[in-house]
Amino acid sequence: MADKKTFPINPLSRRAILAGGAALGATLFLPKGLRAQDFPTDQVNTTGLAVTDDTVQVGILHSISGTMSISETGSVQAEKLAIEQINAQGGVLGRKIETIQEDGASDWPTFAEKARKLLVNDKVASVMGCWTSASRKAVLPVFEQYNGMLYYPTFYEGLEESPNVIYTGQEATQQIIAGLDWVAREKGAKSFYLLGSDYIWPRTSNKIARKHIEDKLGGKVLGEEYYPLGHTQFNSVINKIRLKKPDVIYAIVVGGSNVAFYKQLKAAGIDMTEEAPLLLTISVTEDEIRGIGGENIEGAYACMKYFQSLENENNREFVAAFKEMWGDDMVIGDVTQAAYLGPWLWKAAVEKAGSFDVDKVREASPGIELASAPEGYVKIHENHHLWSKTRVGHAKADGQYEVVFETGDLVEPDPFPEGYQ
Amino acid sequence: MTRTSFLKRDEAVGLAILALIIFVVFPVMLDDFRLNLFGKYLTYAFVAIGLVLCWGAGGILSLGQGVFFGLGGYCMAMFLKLEASTPEATAIQSTPGIPDFMDWNQITALPVWWQPFDSFALTLAAILVVPAAFAFVIGFAMFRRRVSGVYFAIITQAIAAIVTILIIGQQGYTGGVNGITDLRTLMGWDIRPDGAKTALYFVNGVLLFVCLLVAMAIRKSKFGRVLVAMRDAEDRVRFSGYDVASFKIFIFCVGAMMASVGGAMFTLQVGFMSPTIVGIVPSIEMVIFCAVGGRHSLMGAVYGALLVNWAKTTFSESFPDLWLFGLGALFIAVVMAFPNGLAGLYDDYVKPRLPMRRTAPATQPQPAE
Repeated sequence: MADKKTFPINPLSRRAILAGGAALGATLFLPKGLRAQDFPTDQVNTTGLAVTDDTVQVGILHSISGTMSISETGSVQAEKLAIEQINAQGGVLGRKIETIQEDGASDWPTFAEKARKLLVNDKVASVMGCWTSASRKAVLPVFEQYNGMLYYPTFYEGLEESPNVIYTGQEATQQIIAGLDWVAREKGAKSFYLLGSDYIWPRTSNKIARKHIEDKLGGKVLGEEYYPLGHTQFNSVINKIRLKKPDVIYAIVVGGSNVAFYKQLKAAGIDMTEEAPLLLTISVTEDEIRGIGGENIEGAYACMKYFQSLENENNREFVAAFKEMWGDDMVIGDVTQAAYLGPWLWKAAVEKAGSFDVDKVREASPGIELASAPEGYVKIHENHHLWSKTRVGHAKADGQYEVVFETGDLVEPDPFPEGYQ
Repeated sequence: MTRTSFLKRDEAVGLAILALIIFVVFPVMLDDFRLNLFGKYLTYAFVAIGLVLCWGAGGILSLGQGVFFGLGGYCMAMFLKLEASTPEATAIQSTPGIPDFMDWNQITALPVWWQPFDSFALTLAAILVVPAAFAFVIGFAMFRRRVSGVYFAIITQAIAAIVTILIIGQQGYTGGVNGITDLRTLMGWDIRPDGAKTALYFVNGVLLFVCLLVAMAIRKSKFGRVLVAMRDAEDRVRFSGYDVASFKIFIFCVGAMMASVGGAMFTLQVGFMSPTIVGIVPSIEMVIFCAVGGRHSLMGAVYGALLVNWAKTTFSESFPDLWLFGLGALFIAVVMAFPNGLAGLYDDYVKPRLPMRRTAPATQPQPAE
């Protein structure tokens, strides 16, 4: 990507260049083979999906009402952006993507109902959707029964490898291990205090973290605690932390609890910029910081695969396009970027397979590469997760992260990590 | 069904029409997917029927019926989960043979209270006994102390919140927020294919009619009349020598058992159970089904559950951004315009115009039916 930086300074805005470039791409680079008439519908769609000579239907299934809507809205926006861009380039196998959006309403049975509706009634070719593990667990049997394809964007606990899901977020080890290695190596951390919200993802993540700290890093875990979702009183754990003086607070608090946790930490006099203790989280993206307030979390470190501040040409284009479509005040977190990958990965798999058939798309998926990903380069593993880099960001008062570390190589996804179970 | 001593003629006709709709019209008109959805809606009708008995007849407004629905659902889910967690199917786990979520939570042996759910017979018994016992404890504690009306409603709502938090907090034993998922077979019979869903729809329909007939029998019995008397003038009934609390406890337990059967059928048809179906919001929704149908009418409750859920699905499919407003408008309209729900509409506008000869005046005044 570095060679793209040699653009001469010129009077045109970068936006205009991009738009022009896209148009050029659409006319020049679109391979002849990808015109719809070269792919007769009866050949690319042998299983009765909603594919016509010039359109293909894709489902979007997220919560746009209920408690999860704040988190999931970013994913919906990213998926719609990707689909609009794909359509502007001529669609998939020459067919424009039409979206059918359903509301999971933060309610897991509703997710299952809507998933069945999308697959059985609408016959969508693929579904971009789900956010929480609970919603994914609810729709999983539906996707396996009706052989659908789900692109799931959230970083999650692993322990799953469905032939009907492409996991575009990180499984737990991808997010945890490199970050712990970094904090042990660079900051000399020896002792850790683990805490999290009480459900499967934080618990599984902390289980992996504890094994890694104790077995691989030779460190010590001074405490491990969980609080119910929505919990807002963290004073007692903060007192324990002050008493035990760990080198690192490893926090996996989610949702609204975050706001209380970081404010109370600050109020208790723990200044995270002093890094004594240092705070490392895997659950706070730029989206969450909007609720927490940048000044309350300044100095904390987060371990993700994507930060909005990433310096590369792909990401600059992505951030600009996202803000143009959805407004200048939008922020983009890790999951939003992962959601953006979904439609592109599906398009690449369909075009590699030369077919919309779910079985052929599945077969074509491993090995699919996406050099245009905002996070850099990603590749689909045999186990349906993505190879991607792990990065550590340092929270700034303006609500953005500064990237202070990234792994040299892509990290292999390992949803069933041996030695960590 | 036409025994004149039990059913009045218009009731028999009403039942026949409902049977026609559930057993003939829906299966013929709807594709597999929609039929399964309507099967899910009908599981809520069990709760609504129980609420008609408790609330419409007995004056006991429970805002915690989701708890009983959930208990039935969880009992069934535990049985199905154990069946799905064979050592072969869970070989990848640290401890094969236990449900996957237990393994993720570092639990290494099946808890004692899960073990009865290995047996289908005990599971069926539990679906009836567990909610009844729980309702008895609540009812005994409340009604003996003469807690009633809005205080009782608030307490049941608190119980719904407590049970939800308990289920979420004990995720090693209950599956937590995710619930109990990935249920596959019932005694070797795969419940996931369309054919199985259709079969379950009919089982569900038959059970619903059993509940309806039981509820009608209760309403018509002497007990049912005492219940209505209690609703309208509790003190007078008490002064007449009736043990009001026992009657209330009994009907509350019956309502809980009906909700539980609905919950068990819900698990079978939807394929999982989770705490989102137990909490305050679904419990209040269940009261809304009953209110829309007409809280005095047993059959109205079934239509109410069908209508509200159908509207929910239809609105949310057509207007994913706005559907909640549409649903809210429906509820406001019902409460403002037809306080007696669908059944009230029928009584006021349809029934007087029917050519059918009204049966002889009932021997005792009945609330709007």
